Amino acid sequence: MTVEELYEMRDRERERLARLRERIYCCSAAGCLSCGSESVRRALAAEIEARGLKGQVEVCGSGCMGLCSRGPLVRTQSDGAIYAQLTPDEALWLLSEDPAERRRLEAKRLDLNDPFFTRQLKIVLANSGYIDPESVHDYVAMGGYQALAKVLTEMTPEEVIEEIKASGLRGRGGAGYPTGLKWELVRRQPGDIKYVICNADEGDPGAFMDRSVLEGDPHRVLEGMAIAAYAVGAQQGYIYVRGEYGLAIQRLQLAIRQAERERLLGNRIFETTFGFRVDLRIGAGAFVCGEETALIASIEGKRGTPRQRPPYPPERGLWGKPTLINNVETFANVPPIIMNGARWFASIGTETSKGTKVFALAGAVRNTGLVEVPMGTPLRTILFEIGGGVPEGRQFKAAQTGGPSGGCIPAELLDVPVDYESLAAIGSIMGSGGLIVLDDSSSMVDVARFFMEFCMDESCGKCIPCRAGTVQMHEILCRFSRREATRQDLELLEELCVLLKETSLCGLGQTAPNPVMSTLRYFRHEYEARLTDREGGAQ
Amino acid sequence: MSIKTLTIDGRMVTGAAGESIFDVAWNNGIRIPRLCHVGGISDVGACRLCLVEIEGWPKLAAACLTPVEEGMVVRTQTERLRRHRKLIVELLLAERNHVCSVCVQNGHCELQDLAAELGVDHVRVYYRFPRLGVDMSHERFGLDHNRCILCTRCVRVCDEVEGAHTWDVAGRGVNCMIVADMGEPWGNSETCTSCGKCVQVCPTGALFEKGKTVGEMYKDRRFLKYIVTAREKRQWIR
Amino acid sequence: MDPVNRKIRLATVWLGGCSGCHMSFLDMDERLLELAQRVELLASPFTDYKDFPEVDITLVEGAVANEEHLEQIRLIRRRTRILVAFGDCAVTGNVTALRNVFPVEEVLARAFQETATPVVGVPRGNPAVPRLLERARPIHEVVQVDYFLQGCPPSGPEIYEFLMALIEGRQPEIARKKFG
Repeated sequence: MTVEELYEMRDRERERLARLRERIYCCSAAGCLSCGSESVRRALAAEIEARGLKGQVEVCGSGCMGLCSRGPLVRTQSDGAIYAQLTPDEALWLLSEDPAERRRLEAKRLDLNDPFFTRQLKIVLANSGYIDPESVHDYVAMGGYQALAKVLTEMTPEEVIEEIKASGLRGRGGAGYPTGLKWELVRRQPGDIKYVICNADEGDPGAFMDRSVLEGDPHRVLEGMAIAAYAVGAQQGYIYVRGEYGLAIQRLQLAIRQAERERLLGNRIFETTFGFRVDLRIGAGAFVCGEETALIASIEGKRGTPRQRPPYPPERGLWGKPTLINNVETFANVPPIIMNGARWFASIGTETSKGTKVFALAGAVRNTGLVEVPMGTPLRTILFEIGGGVPEGRQFKAAQTGGPSGGCIPAELLDVPVDYESLAAIGSIMGSGGLIVLDDSSSMVDVARFFMEFCMDESCGKCIPCRAGTVQMHEILCRFSRREATRQDLELLEELCVLLKETSLCGLGQTAPNPVMSTLRYFRHEYEARLTDREGGAQ
Repeated sequence: MSIKTLTIDGRMVTGAAGESIFDVAWNNGIRIPRLCHVGGISDVGACRLCLVEIEGWPKLAAACLTPVEEGMVVRTQTERLRRHRKLIVELLLAERNHVCSVCVQNGHCELQDLAAELGVDHVRVYYRFPRLGVDMSHERFGLDHNRCILCTRCVRVCDEVEGAHTWDVAGRGVNCMIVADMGEPWGNSETCTSCGKCVQVCPTGALFEKGKTVGEMYKDRRFLKYIVTAREKRQWIR
Repeated sequence: MDPVNRKIRLATVWLGGCSGCHMSFLDMDERLLELAQRVELLASPFTDYKDFPEVDITLVEGAVANEEHLEQIRLIRRRTRILVAFGDCAVTGNVTALRNVFPVEEVLARAFQETATPVVGVPRGNPAVPRLLERARPIHEVVQVDYFLQGCPPSGPEIYEFLMALIEGRQPEIARKKFG
């Protein structure tokens, strides 16, 4: 495919869509699928067939529309309305040309002026809900692969890297390393063989940001990877996706096949000398394989355990070759940066954290689902305006960010702007985007215990502090839960926190104490209240 | 070969480029504790006992995996390191059933010695008492999982020196186990050459020769130096 | 403590252990006489006492293995100024805790049925036979311990050095070459 052919394809598809009277998007992301969106879609498709509406009305799947708690969600293209919790029978009213029919669904129609929608800014999820994730044509119609065409035909790899650096984009996997710098490191390494890896081993409990991107807009990730490969000088890419994400795997496989068929992946992309192939690697259920060195070991067919860094993957990665590893959301940010420019991207967010961040809102909050906000948005805005606050009758207690590596943020710190530095300063982390709201019925000790159990189960067992330390911390937290813990246990718990943080081999162990440390910092009284005395005292 | 000059514990020492802090320290009589490192096989940095402080480095570094650099200032014996090492040893002692008084290795055990060296007089964390097996299926050797600290010396020596790769690790976290082949009894292993190298490098009484009773097991690692010298320098000298 | 005016009140107790540590205590041999000048042995397996006395130092041999031990150690802690975990069973659980990997019922069946001659069955409901705890535990898991004297058993000279230090109000320093 040439660049001209890409534009032709885009225009053809746009014209085709413009000729439709209506296009109905039935959310086909995991959340809505689990509450019956597929039967809605099937009912619509059957009815379109029966009424002979083909060519006038079309029904298709779509990526996540955000308000997962109200699924199945359906969006109508003609008026941009979104309907919640539709039954298959109700959905059929959308097919009528008579506006009165549609008005019968008024009660199910979401208010798009609600802060849930107006307070968000969608870059990564821009296409989610607006394209059929199973159609490369849809992605191209939205301007897809134009960024790749642009870099291959108009930019040098150095210019691409400069653009990404200037945008201020930082890694969305949690650590926030500047993406452009990482690309530059890989580019500067000697050698002809380099690799690009997309880390899609999203494993934090309650987090489904990457999953939604992969399920809703897989081509965007492929395009981001291809741009990165061009920039760093790689010809081969891998997407390491967790085995539990069946739908994401299926859509990725389809997207790769489509992109290869359209010659958007493979040799001589856009008739240039650049070639790039992408293969999937499926994880087998180990959380630690989200750690980059463990992930590399897993791709190599070895036991998924981390190794000492340095050397970092840009220097010595997959099969000893320079390797770029970025997270799904990071790659997804790349095409819009190329298309709209670094200055546009850098104008969003805070001084040190640019762009937007996708969060998976879960727990004691009215609107659970997927939200994308500009960096620097106060946590209060996310939880209370977008999230709608804690359901009636309960009080907000804490917000947990960053999953098992993160921390709990108490009510008095709700005005913290959500960016890498601010969250770190209060003992939590940005993480990959899990955001769990806890109300006053939650015990913070139990929250810490839950996450510690997770880390204990997921420790790979290679280094002693993590393997044996998480078990001990879990044991002590269980003692707190049973009200059997003593002051010595509390001291030991704190000593173990420092040990794991300072001596563990990889990020899993180093950050495993975070939920304990942050709950000790803000909710120490809950621990103290559960103490019991060991008999006798030292002299 | 370029030479690097650095300071370890206030002493000016030199090492060759590429040499680890651990090796340079030991060559200069500065003993850094370790349980997973053994000279002659690759390092994995798993036991975290050889962590040292390096001036200007934000994190502690595993001495066995960190090459010396010119002008480095390394501290191997600070109070912070001593506390960490002590707690790591306590974690190990509580993780499985290390009952020194009935162990073949009693008195010549690296874990036991290290505990004493670090001043461990009792274990503050909770003993787990896992129910683990003893594999006595091999005709000459035994594997007691109760005493295994998962240092993986056996895995590495079998793979890298003997070339058999009989051993590996199965499971994860605290449930990790050293397994022969695909998890078979050692005696049934088709890859094991019965060379006994794994037994000799094992720091505890986890791998032992049959017929030895309490305190009778000594480990002899001179073969490693012999083989490594032969490989690297083509000199067959004892 | 005023060493001039009165003797140190000493007690030794034997919980879940083999009494080897007490045998080792006797291995102090002639130094026992010297010790006798400095301490008054108020309670021990060698003495007959009904109620555990208030003492300055108690050496506790053995792990906390049954309900009686649990009760005893708590009482002892309350009546002791300096509590010493005496020997490996008290310090780590050691041999006494070897049974911890098995459920109590299995342990009892093994001891009283599978390997007993004649088989009398597992004693149950007999107030004279204290119930086994789910796990034998080192004493510091149950009460606060002030000093740990390791060894299986600690040697006579070690015990002597240790006690003399405590009696003289010094910090006991036993340089051990190995743990346990």
